[in-house]
Amino acid sequence: MRNKKEEIYYNLMMLPAMVLLFIFSIVPMLGVVIAFQRFIPAKGVLGSPYVGLANFAKLFLYRDVGQVFYNTIYISLAKIILGLIVPVVFALLLNETRFRFFKRTVQTVVYLPYFLSWVVLAVMFNNIFSYTGIANIITKALGSEPVMYMINNSAFRPIVILTDVWKNFGYGAIVYLAAITSIDPRLYEAADIDGANRYQKMRYITLPSILSVIILMATLSLGNVLNAGFEQIFAMATPLVYQSSDIIDTYVYRMGLISLQFSFATAVGLLKSVVSFFLIVLSYVLADRYAGYRIF
Amino acid sequence: MKSKITLYDIVIALVLGVIGFICLVPILNAIAISFSDKTSAAVGRVVFWPINFNVSSYIHILQEGRFFQAFWVSVRRVVLGAIVNVSLTILTAYPLSKDKKVFRHRDIYMWIIVFTMLFNGGLIPTFILVKSLGLLDSIWSLILPGAVPVFSVIILMNFFKGIPKSLEEAAIVDGADPLTVLTRIYIPLALPAIATITLFSIVGHWNAFFDGKIFINTLSKQPLSTYIQSLTVELNFQAMQSLKPEEIIRRLEMSNLTFNSAKVVVSMVPILIIYPLLQKYFVTGIVMGAVKE
Repeated sequence: MRNKKEEIYYNLMMLPAMVLLFIFSIVPMLGVVIAFQRFIPAKGVLGSPYVGLANFAKLFLYRDVGQVFYNTIYISLAKIILGLIVPVVFALLLNETRFRFFKRTVQTVVYLPYFLSWVVLAVMFNNIFSYTGIANIITKALGSEPVMYMINNSAFRPIVILTDVWKNFGYGAIVYLAAITSIDPRLYEAADIDGANRYQKMRYITLPSILSVIILMATLSLGNVLNAGFEQIFAMATPLVYQSSDIIDTYVYRMGLISLQFSFATAVGLLKSVVSFFLIVLSYVLADRYAGYRIF
Repeated sequence: MKSKITLYDIVIALVLGVIGFICLVPILNAIAISFSDKTSAAVGRVVFWPINFNVSSYIHILQEGRFFQAFWVSVRRVVLGAIVNVSLTILTAYPLSKDKKVFRHRDIYMWIIVFTMLFNGGLIPTFILVKSLGLLDSIWSLILPGAVPVFSVIILMNFFKGIPKSLEEAAIVDGADPLTVLTRIYIPLALPAIATITLFSIVGHWNAFFDGKIFINTLSKQPLSTYIQSLTVELNFQAMQSLKPEEIIRRLEMSNLTFNSAKVVVSMVPILIIYPLLQKYFVTGIVMGAVKE
């Protein structure tokens, strides 16, 4: 009896969240049917005619779609790879310094960019990479002609990748720093007795000890292969650099809410959601099998 | 310190110092520009130190109603959004922390919640939904679509799981119902975790700009980050219209470099004020969320 009464409470506690998730998550999932329609806003989702896979066929007709997918994967893979290496190197370096106060100061500073919005950072990077900004002061000091970095296709993509790494590496290092603190100190004591120097201890004790966390992070980042960072590119890109930096999400936004091709935009978005879903599930399965990690 | 400072220590410290400095460059640069005079900023003389120090940009902001309107919308959004997010997270995390034997439907709920995290209908169906619910231009369009933060629910659920069962059992013997157990035992014990998820929510709402852009059409109702994004759009639009670099340069010089930088600096202030808290609780949060044993 007691058990039943408690379950009523539990169900009631779940109710508000379930109602909201139903309306704002499940209903839009059902809304993807417009990817198979020629959606007419006046007729609504229920009244618009079905056109089968015609919207998906357009994916092969529009020439820019291939470039958009290429940009997405190029940018996200670069971010994933650098986003793994830089935080690990930084965590190892930070662990090497013996000046406590200095260490804490550096940590305070490098976590800060993570908390700033991309729109704020976009204004700042527009300043830095403008014709008269710091980047061009350096360029001129090195004897080259100034460049309009933010509207230059060969410069903009690296800027997107590097500023993303800049924003997130400090925060990304937290996991590795936590893993480093849990290393058994006796390992280092044994290495001291064997006469290992500090570089050797880092190379042969610290790095192997956090390797499992690095592999786990690499696995979990698999789910982000189609996420190249919508907010960042939306805030920083101009039409002049679409060729190198237009990604699936910005393309869906423009096709859907600017050009009002609702059905086509939904089809592109659906394709991305489905592929991402399988990538995330795959990454969780791999993480569970090889690292014993379960998210829930 | 065990031994004396070696070359190794100095090299490591120098590299870390440079890394730390690089993290501050854009911020210091924006602050310096915001306190400089327009011409010096436009011709690119300002790096990390203001030239012809003045506060006219900030006075300009004080006189501009739009900035504070947007600032106030953001404050309201953060307060409302955090209350909604945190209450729903607590209410959901508690039943989900129960064992399947105690709460039979637990796994079904869990699967629904995780599924909504892994898969979504995408931008267009969400937009059509918000529009047909009549929420366009309402502050609720910025709060309700993300009302249940799944990642926070999982963090708090795991924290609740770590609280000893004996406490709850004793309370139940004394006749307490689950709501009393939650408010009297679980919430007080989970305050550090609740602080973490509250900060997640505050930062998320303060920084979000895209929902404000698509759901809010009336300019006076847009949150601050959406307003700041519209500042860069003006520049982008100019860049698009005139392809000749000389023309773009001329327009960029005319654009309000110092004024925009000042707006960005002011918009960072709330984040900087709560930054000590952020640093303390986000670190625990990421560790709880990511390297859970």
